[in-house]
Amino acid sequence: MGFQFQFAPVFARSDVLLEGALLTLQLSGIGILFGALLGILLAMLRGLSPPALRWPVDAYVELVRNTPFLVQLLIIFFGLPSIGVRLTAEQAALSAIILNLGAYSTEIVRAGIESVHRSQIEAGLSLAMTRWQVFRYVVIAPAIARVWPALSSQFVLMMLSTSVCSFISVQELSATAANVESDTFRSFEVYITVTLIYLGLALVMRGLLAVLGAVMFPKGSGLGRLRTQASR
Amino acid sequence: MPVVRVEGVHKRFGAVEVLKGIDLTVEGGQVIAIIGRSGSGKSTLLRCINGLEQIQAGRIEVAGHGLDASAKGLRDLRKDVGIVFQSYNLFPHLKVGENIMLAPRVVLGVGKAEARRRAEAALAEVGLAERFEAWPDNLSGGQQQRVAIARSLAMQPKVMLFDEVTSALDPELTGEVLQTMERLALHGMTMLLVTHEMAFARRVATTTVFMHQGRIWEQGPSERIFSAPETPELRQFLGGGLK
Amino acid sequence: MIREFSQSEFLFILASARWTLLLTVLALLLGGVLGFVVAIARASRLAPVRALAAGWIGMIQGIPVLMLLFLSYYGLSLAGFDMPPVFAASVSMAIYASGYLGEIWRGAIQSVAWQQWEASAALAMSRAQQYRYVVLPQAMRIAVPPTVGFIVQLVKNTSIVSIIGVVELARAGNLINNATFQPFKVFGTVALIYFMICWPISLLARRLEGKLNAGRTG
Repeated sequence: MGFQFQFAPVFARSDVLLEGALLTLQLSGIGILFGALLGILLAMLRGLSPPALRWPVDAYVELVRNTPFLVQLLIIFFGLPSIGVRLTAEQAALSAIILNLGAYSTEIVRAGIESVHRSQIEAGLSLAMTRWQVFRYVVIAPAIARVWPALSSQFVLMMLSTSVCSFISVQELSATAANVESDTFRSFEVYITVTLIYLGLALVMRGLLAVLGAVMFPKGSGLGRLRTQASR
Repeated sequence: MPVVRVEGVHKRFGAVEVLKGIDLTVEGGQVIAIIGRSGSGKSTLLRCINGLEQIQAGRIEVAGHGLDASAKGLRDLRKDVGIVFQSYNLFPHLKVGENIMLAPRVVLGVGKAEARRRAEAALAEVGLAERFEAWPDNLSGGQQQRVAIARSLAMQPKVMLFDEVTSALDPELTGEVLQTMERLALHGMTMLLVTHEMAFARRVATTTVFMHQGRIWEQGPSERIFSAPETPELRQFLGGGLK
Repeated sequence: MIREFSQSEFLFILASARWTLLLTVLALLLGGVLGFVVAIARASRLAPVRALAAGWIGMIQGIPVLMLLFLSYYGLSLAGFDMPPVFAASVSMAIYASGYLGEIWRGAIQSVAWQQWEASAALAMSRAQQYRYVVLPQAMRIAVPPTVGFIVQLVKNTSIVSIIGVVELARAGNLINNATFQPFKVFGTVALIYFMICWPISLLARRLEGKLNAGRTG
């Protein structure tokens, strides 16, 4: 076969790829921070609401979890302007990421909250705490410790999904890859390179999230036990 | 020819030597009880005999098969050796009858009708003929253990190994399992059992083996072992165990 | 000329769902076979085989589906395959599915108690017989709910293959939007169709899981 791998032209454009990777990191970082916060807040709100008032949160979670991220992105970027909300591609991407991850985080943290034993809540209430205080001080930390591995996986998945933002020409890693491809015509080499960058990002992220979990829920504390139980 | 021949067997778990040179011979029809403290290596010895544990030195032979490393050789040996575990280990997704018929059918290639006949006979032998269609989860611990015995019997083994089979059972359920084993012994089954039931060993076993610190410390006719122990270790063990 | 978003446009989008479904089924079948091999390899007694399977799972789970798609697309054409885009799309979706199904099924296999392996080994069963008659029947019960749950992810991720020109739901939405300029209606419709496909599957997965848990404690 006549094909020969030529990575040199791709590496010559590494500055472009690096810029893309930086935007990927920014989108992921900000998106994960706010998406996770949204999820934790909504899960607490849901937990504190009487069952009859839980449906708005549930509906949001179900709608987001049962439609593709790409379609959510298209609705926000192309659809919102038609009702007067105009966003740049980056703003639309970030909104979609936060909304998407928010729904998954809500669901994951909800499961964590439900795994906290009733007796813990009763103990808090019997100390005359309000229900909010019980959630804030007694329930939420063990709940997140328990689901930290699941949350971490979801964060990594979200980072990988930011590649879809190239569909609305956000210049993140995948989009810059397409640019380099059309300049160099080395499609396969470009995508191998970029795939390896994503793989590296995912590995580093997994490591960092594991460290973060170990710092927030240290071994030897009750929270550390919950975290390691869950990952087994 | 003996059914089981164990010669100079050594077994280590990491740095810990659990069996330090074991020699044991089991003749056809013999019932041998192995007694000793936990950690004396008695369960390990049993598990070595059907290859669930690998030995580092020595020879094990069952019904003429040498225990070698090949997967095929191991399976051939296991066809002749039944083992019953402390925790029953019935297959929860199969009914009682199916539990018993499975290995004869897929391992021995026995036809369905013959496998069923064997399973029914084995169930009758353990006194559970009417539970053929039951699910394991719906049986008591004692009944599950008797099904486990029947499951081994249906392979028509030359020797049966029993590894503390009543230890996980409530006291009121151990009786039915011991009775089942006693009946097997009466019917001439060659048996090797690790047990804490001293009265049972004394009454049913032809020979009793006392293991201590990875060695066979003392062995002899059960009556003699229990009535006139020779070593101080056995005397102390029996004294502590019977008082 | 700007067209209205009317019945014929709606029907065009609805009909494109067959490609979404076809891709899902193909990915599930191909990816299922590959994922099964990965799961068995992951539970192998040979350390190098285990490591290889673990590496495969870790790799697939660390790569965007979009990249798997491009690599399949350009890789297959480099290898001399002159194929319709739907072929590369199926291959990439199958590779993606194998990484996740492999991990789900490994978990199910390893959740079967080790005593079941020992008891079946003691009955002289071969490794294959142990899998066939003892371990897999039990693992299957545990694997069904998360597998059904994964199908939802699969359906949603097929939307990504729209970029190489397979006219499935997302691509059909794009085409109609370009002709009608009614993005809210068009993509809302697309989202609704996805939801109608995915939601019942999600509910089924949850019900199966509930049943399994009830069966365990009861």
